[in-house]
Amino acid sequence: MATSQKSFTQQLKKYYTFYTGGFVLFVVLLAIAEQMGMTNKWIGYTFLVFTILLYAGIGIMSRTVEVAEYYVAGRRVPAFFNGMATGADWMSAASFIGMAGTLYLTGFQGLSFIMGWTGGYVLVALLLAPYLRKFGQFTIPDFLGARYGGNIVRSFGVIAAILCSFTYVVAQIYGVGVITSRFTGLEFGIGVFVGLAGILVCSFLGGMRAVTWTQVAQYVILIVAYMIPVVWLSVKHTGVPIPQAVYGGVLERLTEREKQLTADPKELEVRKIFADRAKAADDKVKGLPATYQTEKDAVTKKLEDLKAANAPKADLDAAEAAVKGFPASPDAAKAKWTADKGAAAGRTGPPLPHATPYPGKDEKARDTSRLNFLGVVFCMMFGTAALPHILMRYYTTPSVQEARVSVFWSLFFIFLLYFTAPALAVLAKFDVYTLVVGTKFSELPAWVNAWQAVDRTLLSITDINKDGIVQLAEIVIGGDIIVLATPEIAGLPYVISGLVAAGGLAAALSTADGLLLTIANALSHDLYYKMINPNASPTMRISVAKGLLLVVAVIAAYVTSLKPGNILFLVGAAFSMAASAFFPALVMGIFWKRASKWGAISGIITGLGVCLYYMVHTYPTFIQWFGTTPIPKWFGLDPISAGLFGVPVGIITIFVVSLVTPAPSKEVQELVDHVRYPSLTGDIDTKGT
Amino acid sequence: MQLTEKHIDYWQKNLRLTAILLAIWFVVTFVMAWYAIPLAEIKIFGWPLSFYMAAQGSLIIYVAIIGYYALAMRKNDLEHGVQEGEED
Repeated sequence: MATSQKSFTQQLKKYYTFYTGGFVLFVVLLAIAEQMGMTNKWIGYTFLVFTILLYAGIGIMSRTVEVAEYYVAGRRVPAFFNGMATGADWMSAASFIGMAGTLYLTGFQGLSFIMGWTGGYVLVALLLAPYLRKFGQFTIPDFLGARYGGNIVRSFGVIAAILCSFTYVVAQIYGVGVITSRFTGLEFGIGVFVGLAGILVCSFLGGMRAVTWTQVAQYVILIVAYMIPVVWLSVKHTGVPIPQAVYGGVLERLTEREKQLTADPKELEVRKIFADRAKAADDKVKGLPATYQTEKDAVTKKLEDLKAANAPKADLDAAEAAVKGFPASPDAAKAKWTADKGAAAGRTGPPLPHATPYPGKDEKARDTSRLNFLGVVFCMMFGTAALPHILMRYYTTPSVQEARVSVFWSLFFIFLLYFTAPALAVLAKFDVYTLVVGTKFSELPAWVNAWQAVDRTLLSITDINKDGIVQLAEIVIGGDIIVLATPEIAGLPYVISGLVAAGGLAAALSTADGLLLTIANALSHDLYYKMINPNASPTMRISVAKGLLLVVAVIAAYVTSLKPGNILFLVGAAFSMAASAFFPALVMGIFWKRASKWGAISGIITGLGVCLYYMVHTYPTFIQWFGTTPIPKWFGLDPISAGLFGVPVGIITIFVVSLVTPAPSKEVQELVDHVRYPSLTGDIDTKGT
Repeated sequence: MQLTEKHIDYWQKNLRLTAILLAIWFVVTFVMAWYAIPLAEIKIFGWPLSFYMAAQGSLIIYVAIIGYYALAMRKNDLEHGVQEGEED
């Protein structure tokens, strides 16, 4: 076994080296084709079709009907490769496309996600991975069921696993739809289903085994795609190709530039115009209902005056649009003007100082900002150490020691992208602040015009004070553009843009794969096999698992097509929920023999309950959906960090209830010893079959 | 399955190591973030210290903590005879 494992690893290294070489060759060939006149649209299609076929090919090669292969890839994935697969599993569309943009827009505050999404692996490594590997079954509810005895805990595990994975998978499929539609021009809905086909082909045929080997391939694509443009941008601004090492200097220059722009008279002029607009809109709202008629007359009169004066066509069109678009009722006018006021008011402030921690106007604002930073860090970390699709990956290594090493490789591969994202944000911001701000509108860089034409929500620059020169306050930028447009900002050929899209797609698909598998396994293994039909044959179990996978995928795609809410919030909510539900029960189950069945049950209920209660009463979209009454935020904490309340409540409940209920049986105590030691003489066996 | 003194010693060592590494993790993460405003006064290679730590420094320490734990526990396994056999 030991020698075959070794040759297996050797073989894998050979395959993936060939694969990486082949992929690089493919990109080079496309680059040559582009020089010879291949159009952007066809480059986009080629990337989409080629990568999805590639994943499908791996899926078909790894197809399986064996239980252990389907659920845990035969438990022989070497630490290094499991690390890569976890990296791809982990880094979603939110990390690949959204992260750098969030950092661009929020500066220091956004770093809470960088810390939270990496530091959580310390908890995984120290408190969970080796012990779960020794336990060695198939799912996270498996462990809860064995440790706390009985189907009640298992059922709660199943419900919580489905709740957080489903929330998360919707966000991923949404990302798939956005990327495919943007780079190929397909409609959003069709994009979702094309992507879904790519996801299903691998998880359906080969379960965990196929997903693992596809994820390794996807990691290679996504990391190459992320690095190339950033390295180029770094060379452009610093002359050094290692952005992570040198962007400190750029950050210093950026901070200088921010100070200039804060005091710049032209900038002040534009901000003043926005302040006036906000005030005008506010006056109109306050004057309702009388202002409704006077405003209506004013726009009509303006149109007539312009017509009489034979004004230029552009002015006439604008005036006509104003008449046509005038709100139909005083209520509609109130809503529109309030929105106008908000939009203008949001642009009256100086630029956010990128490097300054917790900026705020007074002590209290700074304290709230700090609390929210810590809250996000806490919830992302504990959520990392509780998300079933990540913990499940450590069941697939050949041994406990390999599981420990595998967490190291996982974080290493994740780290490569996460310590690059802040560098990208600073470089892109510096580029915009120095090369876009201050140029004439007639001389804007080509990428600015190209992206303005694609989507005004991603980038729009309007000459507010009519001086013909771009001021920072005149730019509206959407976070997602940072990663998507970096190749063009850096002046790279379109083939690199295609590569970035392929990377984003790989990130979204790989995460969606892992999540769908988690949901389908919770249903097929925990619910069907362990609770409904323990006598099911292996063939039957696999068939049920595959059938459920299809059903879950279709439901997830349907929910996605309804376009629910903000992606980053959905992702964050999944983390808070997972942390509150699983973390206390899992960790206390390993480290505290006295933790009892009823302790765990009440801990999961109260932890998750507090978390959900806080979210549905403070997050506006949820309040609207469920018709709940809003409550004031506790200590000013944002709903995304609800886990900051859920986790401690869960821990305390388990502690108290365990002490007042009977101690776990001798068998359970032996199980705890079993997971604590990699090998014991006369040990019990808990391996899943 | 009877635990010997050696086994108990193994687990104690593991707990101590886990506690120390978690303490480092806690300081790097929460204590540093708590004092981010005063720490921003210190500059290293252009980065304010709190920005550098949140964007890069703490990440490197996390990777190091996990790497160290894997190595130290392999040694601990061997010393206490609880390592896995070649077959596993």
